[in-house]
Amino acid sequence: MKRVYVNEEWCLGCRLCEYWCVFSASGEKHFPFAFDGGAKPPAGIQVEERGSVHFAVNCRHCEDPLCLKGCISGALSRDGYGAIRVDKTKCVGCHTCIALCPYGCIVSGGDNMPIKKCQLCAGKDYTPQCVSHCPNNAIVFEEDEDL
Amino acid sequence: MEDYEQFRQVAEKNREGNVRIPSGCAICGYFSRKGNALPASDAVNAMSYMHDRSNGLGGGFAGYGIYPDFPDHYAFHVFYDNDRAREETETFLKARFDISNMERIPTRKVYGIKGAPLIWRYFGTLLPEVKAHTELDEEEYVCRSVIHINTGIKGAYVFSSGKNMGVFKGVGYPEDVGEYYCLDGYKGYCWTAHGRYPTNTPGWWGGAHPFNILGYTVVHNGEISSYDANRRFMEIYGYKCTLLTDTEVITYIIDYLHRKRKLTLSDVAKVIAPPFWSRIEKMEEQEREKLTTLRNMYAPLLITGPFSIILGYPGGMMALNDRLKLRSMVAAEKDDVVYVSSEECAIRSICPDPDRTWSPAGGEPVIVELDKECVK
Amino acid sequence: MIDYIQPDYEVVRNKDLCVKCKVCVRQCANQVHAYDEKRDALYVDNSKCVNCHRCVSLCPAHALKIVKTDHCFKPSANYTEDIIKDIYRQADSGGVLLSSMGTPKSYPVYWDKMLINASQVTNPSIDPLREPMEIKTFLGKKPEALEYLPDGSIKTEKYPNLELKVPIMFSAMSYGSISKNAHLCLARAARELGTFYNTGEGGLHEDLYEYGENTIVQVASGRFGVHPAYLRAGSAIEIKIGQGAKPGIGGHLPGSKIGEDVSRTRMIPMGSDAISPAPHHDIYSIEDLRQLVYSLKEATDYKKPVIVKIAAVHNVAAIASGIARSGADIIAIDGFRGGTGAAPTRIRDNVGIPVELALAAVDTRLREEGIRNNVGIVVGGSVRSSADVVKAVALGADAVYIATPALLALGCHLCRSCHSGRCNWGIATQIPELVNRLNPDIGARRLVNLVTAWAHEIMEMMGGMGINSIEALRGNRLMLRGIGLSQKELDILGIKHAGE
Repeated sequence: MKRVYVNEEWCLGCRLCEYWCVFSASGEKHFPFAFDGGAKPPAGIQVEERGSVHFAVNCRHCEDPLCLKGCISGALSRDGYGAIRVDKTKCVGCHTCIALCPYGCIVSGGDNMPIKKCQLCAGKDYTPQCVSHCPNNAIVFEEDEDL
Repeated sequence: MEDYEQFRQVAEKNREGNVRIPSGCAICGYFSRKGNALPASDAVNAMSYMHDRSNGLGGGFAGYGIYPDFPDHYAFHVFYDNDRAREETETFLKARFDISNMERIPTRKVYGIKGAPLIWRYFGTLLPEVKAHTELDEEEYVCRSVIHINTGIKGAYVFSSGKNMGVFKGVGYPEDVGEYYCLDGYKGYCWTAHGRYPTNTPGWWGGAHPFNILGYTVVHNGEISSYDANRRFMEIYGYKCTLLTDTEVITYIIDYLHRKRKLTLSDVAKVIAPPFWSRIEKMEEQEREKLTTLRNMYAPLLITGPFSIILGYPGGMMALNDRLKLRSMVAAEKDDVVYVSSEECAIRSICPDPDRTWSPAGGEPVIVELDKECVK
Repeated sequence: MIDYIQPDYEVVRNKDLCVKCKVCVRQCANQVHAYDEKRDALYVDNSKCVNCHRCVSLCPAHALKIVKTDHCFKPSANYTEDIIKDIYRQADSGGVLLSSMGTPKSYPVYWDKMLINASQVTNPSIDPLREPMEIKTFLGKKPEALEYLPDGSIKTEKYPNLELKVPIMFSAMSYGSISKNAHLCLARAARELGTFYNTGEGGLHEDLYEYGENTIVQVASGRFGVHPAYLRAGSAIEIKIGQGAKPGIGGHLPGSKIGEDVSRTRMIPMGSDAISPAPHHDIYSIEDLRQLVYSLKEATDYKKPVIVKIAAVHNVAAIASGIARSGADIIAIDGFRGGTGAAPTRIRDNVGIPVELALAAVDTRLREEGIRNNVGIVVGGSVRSSADVVKAVALGADAVYIATPALLALGCHLCRSCHSGRCNWGIATQIPELVNRLNPDIGARRLVNLVTAWAHEIMEMMGGMGINSIEALRGNRLMLRGIGLSQKELDILGIKHAGE
């Protein structure tokens, strides 16, 4: 399946991916509306950075996903495409999946709130937004069987 | 008389050389491989079938092998505006050539032909002492003498200067021009003909076609878009394009490549209407190499835009279309005679039953020459 | 100390749209934008803004714009704002004013005063979508005569020529003045397009030798990075005598840009200023040039054409004539509106002549002297569009050099601050984090797009003229008409006025 990959060499650490992720997940029509209230809600892609090294990380949609196995409420599932998705109505915010994820790619949505993770912009008719809005082609959406 | 004055004034203003005049045209030519004397009247007749391709503002003919009495003399056909120009030119010629014969070219009155200049012809050979002292070879010397008269003597214009050949041209429909020059009395192994459809109203006889330099004559139908690129290249090599016509520059190109650079005529055709690079790239190595070299070294001589030309030269005739074949041209063959024409009807009018007819592809020359045994 | 100079631009933020993503803060190398955590607010320092649009382009909410300040001096047509500010600057620093890119002054742009012909009725235009349209070009000396061999093949003198699939090359920009990634973009694009890029005077980075077939290596007065392998690496060698933006003077790459890689490539110590002398100190006359031309040919076994690049100056026709007789295969003429990584402002804005006039004068002179076919002519220095290319070819150029349009394709916004070394677009900088902003995959593709688009447009215009091969356009000045030009200008350009 196609996944989102990040090439550390070209990542500028601009964090635009995080914002486009939030916008995409918000379902809002206009970009600024996704950020009502000021602070940025957690995104399904996160830029890690130290000094001049930065790169974005997001869900690998593993073959054998620990998060899915550990989910206590049945909120996590694999969709027809292969992406691991979260059902916000079922997630109880127990953070078991966060603890289990070996890549640190699931983030808290806040206490007792549904978790956030990359859903590959599933259900939208566009390429994942982190990919199409990366200014330096550091994030790509590609087939890679090696994972 | 007033009408005539007005005509002269318009003619002077629109004279070739003062403006560039695009033209549509009819062309026709035929050639006997065995060197048989073919009548000029066929050419006149054929052109009448393409009457609508001309508009009465230019017609002309070139015949080869027409002066068997003077085979080794340069035959200069000259237009004069007045006797002063004639005297000056004759002085110039006599200083350089041994003139064996000079006369007014016989003409007859024809309705539709007006504004004719004085038309004379001279048969001469280069004086031995001139030949001995010039640094140039003989042909180049004659060529430059002609250019000198045409650019240096006001009111004089040499419109034919080859050996055993001659150009007859003027302002009018080609069939009228043929009648005017009494062409019914001429015979030759090759004739080419031209009817002109210029887009304004030139009245100068020198601007009609065929265009000639030494033995080369060119009749041309088309308007080439590469004109200035071609002209400016030729001017590097001392050619002066005084008429600003396509035919003039095409003639100079052929003269330069064929006479001066000694390219074969089929290679001349490859320079002026080369195959596309996409085709060259697929050719065998030797041919590819050759065409790449030719296209590169003579790049400014490539001619684009529509043209069909018939080149007459001593002992041969070549017809060529532009590489996209944007002008009609048909060829036909009957026994030893090859015909080329803008339209097939003209060929069929003089040769109703050709052995074969074909439409030469763009850039592929039709070259006919006298059979070896017929060459003197 | 009083700061006499007020900011030229103001960054305007629409607070309704801003989501405080802070991409502006992260991306501005000039530190115009700042975020104050305590107040959760974004601030700008307009005095640092160079108007490069990096923040504007990256702002996901389109919340930013940059406007020219309306803060003003008392208006004067003589002492304009620019002149007053330059005087303040010099009174502050006591130094020579430096500028980058081409002159912004409103000198006549002759490209815009020439119109192109098209066919109507008497001959047909040609549709490039249906008929072949050839723009392949050979650059270099042409033989005049040929001989036939008995097998029918032909024999001529062979001179090294460059074969271009499009008559557009990327002109010299040195590694050092621009980043390695920028060079890599140019190299890859040149390879894909079947044309050439030019190393400029900074040598050739070892990673770029693989693009040698599409590289022109430059030898300039500083001889930075010149060694036998370098000369042999490219397809042609260019001797740079002058540059349109700064005729008559050399170059100066500040030591701050000479990092490890640049130092190794240029063969100079790290951190030392790289100063190219004004003249080549082994060329004080035309016969010296001939010696250098032949030294370089000797060093490369006469296999590579030698280009001599000169700035368009008053006597350019005579100079070009001398060069054509010096053994050079190609003459490159750089017009005074051309760009630069850094030049003294007064020189950039006042020295030299427009390339259009220089080209026309050179082409005419070489033809008059019968030596036009000894050399190819390439022009640069503000060739801005495919129409400029067509006009240049019709005036007599074999090909053009473009640099500013190439940089624009790479993201440059012509803020003319290259000399600062902090190019936010990763082009005119050596700071690794900034260099990384130019991903060669994107840059090369954008360059290929640009030149491909121009090539299509050139073919469209040629087709309109009824020309299907670029050699029939070259020097075909009848295809041009002047508009609003004096008779003198028309005479120099060798064209008629519109309507004639």
